[in-house]
Amino acid sequence: MDVQLHGKAVAEKQRRGWSQKEKKEVFWGYTFILPQLIGMLVFSIFPLISVFVLSLTQWDGLGDIHFVGFQNFIDQFTGDDLRIALARTVYYTVLTVPIGLFIALMLSLALNNVRGKSFYRLLYFMPYVTGSVAVGVIWSWLLNSDLGLINNLLKGWFHIDGIGWLTDSRYVIPSLAMVGIWQGLGFNIVLFLAGLQGIPQTYFEAARIDGANRFQTFWRVTLPLLTPTIFFTTVISVINSFQVFDLTFILTDGGPGKDSYTMVYHIYNLGFKSSQYGSASAVAVILFLILMVLTLIQFRLQRRWVHYEM
Amino acid sequence: MQKALHHEGAASVRTRPKQRRSGLLLTILLHVVLIVFSVVMVAPFLWMLVSSFESTEQAFSIPPTWIPDPIMWENYPQSLQALPFHLAYWNSTLVAVTVTLCQLITCSLAGYAFARLRFPGRDIIFFLFLATLMIPFQLTIIPIFLTMKELNLLDNLLSLILPPSLFSAFGVFLMRQFIMGLPTELEEAAIIDGASRWAIFWRVIFPLLKAPLSALGIFAFLSQWNDFFRPLIMLNSSENFTVPLLLNQFRGQYATEWTLVMAGSVIAIVPVLIVYLLAQRYVIQGIAMTGLKA
Repeated sequence: MDVQLHGKAVAEKQRRGWSQKEKKEVFWGYTFILPQLIGMLVFSIFPLISVFVLSLTQWDGLGDIHFVGFQNFIDQFTGDDLRIALARTVYYTVLTVPIGLFIALMLSLALNNVRGKSFYRLLYFMPYVTGSVAVGVIWSWLLNSDLGLINNLLKGWFHIDGIGWLTDSRYVIPSLAMVGIWQGLGFNIVLFLAGLQGIPQTYFEAARIDGANRFQTFWRVTLPLLTPTIFFTTVISVINSFQVFDLTFILTDGGPGKDSYTMVYHIYNLGFKSSQYGSASAVAVILFLILMVLTLIQFRLQRRWVHYEM
Repeated sequence: MQKALHHEGAASVRTRPKQRRSGLLLTILLHVVLIVFSVVMVAPFLWMLVSSFESTEQAFSIPPTWIPDPIMWENYPQSLQALPFHLAYWNSTLVAVTVTLCQLITCSLAGYAFARLRFPGRDIIFFLFLATLMIPFQLTIIPIFLTMKELNLLDNLLSLILPPSLFSAFGVFLMRQFIMGLPTELEEAAIIDGASRWAIFWRVIFPLLKAPLSALGIFAFLSQWNDFFRPLIMLNSSENFTVPLLLNQFRGQYATEWTLVMAGSVIAIVPVLIVYLLAQRYVIQGIAMTGLKA
């Protein structure tokens, strides 16, 4: 409505000319948005168009650019690397998103019912603040198969021989998922707590008056009213998991072999290690399309399970 | 009628001691779970700190020892000498502070214009900003990298500073939404007094933006400070490295000397941890507010 009114007002003015005061407003409007407008054109719109064009070319950044049509896409779909990267990424996402969100949801519910919430939250949020490189470096030692803390603890306390967390192809993706969940826990908890606080108290009072017990209140009131937050965190977590790079780079370097070779690692490898900018752009476009389709599917499915108030 | 029902309901709940006891039991159980997870969250950091003061033999012992004996203070000067951490600090600070300040100013200016000023094309341009929110950074990073290469800005901190300083669709969106919610009376009074738009923005609006500015500022600072992918592809020489990049190099070069690597990790994360502990309320509020983005 606001937009329509504004549009009409502008059309009206264009008919009868701009007054001095309105001209000034137009001037300041463009001046104020100018830095960000330039930024958007140079660092978002132009790269966006370029990446689609680049994906249709072969270029090493030095010689001539060759237009090759959809050859890069055909190569990617017929070669092994994209299939491997996609499989690893999906495996990582399938482990990280549901387990991570479930733990975060349970801890948020617990936090919402006890004192000392901010103290616990402080601790849970630490890995998010310290950043993924520090997290990766710490965990690369914890999970080291010969000298790492975890295997040493297993041996010292329980006399169990440890496993090759990061070196055994069976365990590498679950190990990465474990670190990813650990790192993302605080962030998800903060979002869930915000969602829980957003539920109006009147609903809980109503449930209490109706004589609902804790379990019923959770199942019939809290959970349905939290579904918008759950939906939102799911969408974000899927996108973030699909873009995993820092942890795989630091902890495993895509290995052992190509057992933790993820999508963004594939882009990095093609583009920034071997200067195949055309192919790298094609993979970036494929990743973008996959994420878009996944998000659209989630928005479609939300009608079945997300309850919006009113 | 409703009031009576309410009283009855409240009374029936209050007079059940059994439920209250089960409530206490539940509270204890919840704390146990929360403490177990706290240990899981903190233990890796604690081990990093402990082992950074241990000798290699002690750090590798089975079972692990949690009290350094003797305390190897020399791990710290050794790590600091091994790689130029002081330069990395300076680089990271320069990048993160510049980007944060630029975003705070350009985003609030643009947000004000989109919220309050009338000019042709405003809504279309704002819609474009919203649309770019959905573009993952991997999609645009290759052309941005090639642009920096053309401009001869590779291995230059400007390649990290320029793009996010001039463009944050999320920041513009956050500011615009917040300014839309402000009452217009203050500005109207200033307009009648004949103040220019710039004066209105700077004297009237900007001081009211503390909440969204601190949220955006914290978000921008943390994401710049912790960024790894862009420094990794843009920078080459270690004197230009940011802290995460230097830590990564450290790990690569001293792969077997874990106690030194852990001392390096402590050096790398202590400043952000201190900032976080001092300003945790704002950090968490900021993240909750910016959670929309991530």
